[in-house]
Amino acid sequence: MTPLDIVVCVKNVPFTQDVDLVVDASGRDVRKDNLVYVVNEWDNYAVEEAVRLKEENGGTVTAVTVGGEDDEEVLRRCLAMGADEAVRIEPGNLRPDGFVTAALLAAAIAPLQHDLVLSGVQSDDLNQGVVGGLLAERLGLPHASVVDSLTVGDTGADLRIELEGGQEEVCRVPLPALLSIQTGINEPRYVSIMGIRKAAKKEIRVIEAGSLGLAPAELEPALIVEGLYLPPEAEGAAMLQGDPAALAEQIVRIMREKGVCNA
Amino acid sequence: MPEILVVAEHREGELREVTLQMLGKAAELCASHGLELCSVIIGDDVRKQAGELAAYCDRVIAYSDPRLAHFSAREHASILAGLLGERTPLLTLMGHSPWSLDLAPALAAKTGFPLATDCVDLLIEEGRPKAVRQIYSGKLFCRVAMKQAAGYLVTVRAGSFAAAVPSARQAEITWAPVPPAPALPLDREFVAYEDAGSGEVDICQADLLVSVGRGIGDEENIEPARQLAALMGGVLSCSRPVVDKKWLPKYHQVGTSGKTVRPRVYLALGISGAFQHVAGMSGSDTIIAVNRDKKAPIFRVADYGVVADALAVITALKARLSAERAS
Repeated sequence: MTPLDIVVCVKNVPFTQDVDLVVDASGRDVRKDNLVYVVNEWDNYAVEEAVRLKEENGGTVTAVTVGGEDDEEVLRRCLAMGADEAVRIEPGNLRPDGFVTAALLAAAIAPLQHDLVLSGVQSDDLNQGVVGGLLAERLGLPHASVVDSLTVGDTGADLRIELEGGQEEVCRVPLPALLSIQTGINEPRYVSIMGIRKAAKKEIRVIEAGSLGLAPAELEPALIVEGLYLPPEAEGAAMLQGDPAALAEQIVRIMREKGVCNA
Repeated sequence: MPEILVVAEHREGELREVTLQMLGKAAELCASHGLELCSVIIGDDVRKQAGELAAYCDRVIAYSDPRLAHFSAREHASILAGLLGERTPLLTLMGHSPWSLDLAPALAAKTGFPLATDCVDLLIEEGRPKAVRQIYSGKLFCRVAMKQAAGYLVTVRAGSFAAAVPSARQAEITWAPVPPAPALPLDREFVAYEDAGSGEVDICQADLLVSVGRGIGDEENIEPARQLAALMGGVLSCSRPVVDKKWLPKYHQVGTSGKTVRPRVYLALGISGAFQHVAGMSGSDTIIAVNRDKKAPIFRVADYGVVADALAVITALKARLSAERAS
């Protein structure tokens, strides 16, 4: 098996599980000052997949992100997981949506050696799911999304694509290719604080968005956000109250009224 | 006359449900804005499906060729880019499906049209489409317009709209000549469809599902949940993160990429209620949800809600039922 040069696209996103999001004064974005950032869940699986392929076949892994200096944290995490190089594209005044991000990534990745480009299926913040497909078109690569199994051989990659209802599509793609990785494809390795500290010494290459030679129209977001709003408050659910024992009592009673959990 | 174009999605001889849902919403928009409704189908031997589509729109355009037997984003994007160039529909709708994650961005790149994905509502204002999307895993709704263009692309989340009602009319079906295959990029090659697997339990047959999610915290808490399910005479199921973490095999998974279930009672423990999960369980007779986050979307579909730690409730339920057995 020949060594693979792999580029993996990653994003730092706000962690929102069990967090109350607040719409900011503009009404078009969320307040981010109180949020903690983490690697986008899908991207974490993509990085793990890239590092595993490198460990099996030899080659290199380059992690690329679009973001500010604070977002270098996500690249350090990739380096700690086993990536060899890291590139940050500084967006400056741009407000990248999936379209702008794909344009910036394509311009930065095109000159890099790439047998395989991996991205996550979508980001956990904007949930657009467009970067992989747009990037593939710009780089002229075959693309497959929602990949939940990947084996690379000398002639190409064997994939499984997650469809609906437990169905899978088994297919092959020639390399080079761009694959958008689904969660669950592997078990991402644990990243220790020590590992990230060690990676802090590695250099991160910074590319200014303005130096990539893109036309202004390509740097214009496709979507214009008119407003954000909270989903309607819960109505249907009757809320049960009490300590765990009292709650258990009520749950068992409801179940028995419905004809299940019979003693 | 300006039109809305619905790209029919089908697999193994059947139209996908989202196709009829798109046609339902598109018909409503066409009626209120004086637009024509056109649908396009691409495949091999799609006479039956094209005939079905004809009952829901003003025109059907069909591309049929053995070369198109299996879905290919490259082929579909190339054919659709040509069609959009000719017809310039105001709005082109696709389902937000695993396949569209390949197709829709490719079509946006080829046409230069803006694309709003995974939309749960659609409207037309001053001649331009606008969409409502969910962001941050459904924690917020986001209303978007798209940058000015000759046409607009939207992918629609399954289940967002009611299916279209067939009319007595039969739209004309145009069998369009299939253009030659694009040279680049190289294509992926279809091998087979496979079932992700069945296992020792069939969650679709259970009257009671005890279902666990990310909120149970740790793999070691699967066992207490399994014991609880056994005490209750129910079956253990789960949401996606539990399968992603390999805590339970795939055949336990409820949701769009797992199984759709309709038990008498669905007890959701530590499941936040992402739409992909809700789509697989909202048909349950009674839903009882336990979650620490009082704003978790699961409480929007639940009949009974408990704001508490899932493990604490599991422990209390086990104690309650064990005590009953012992006495």
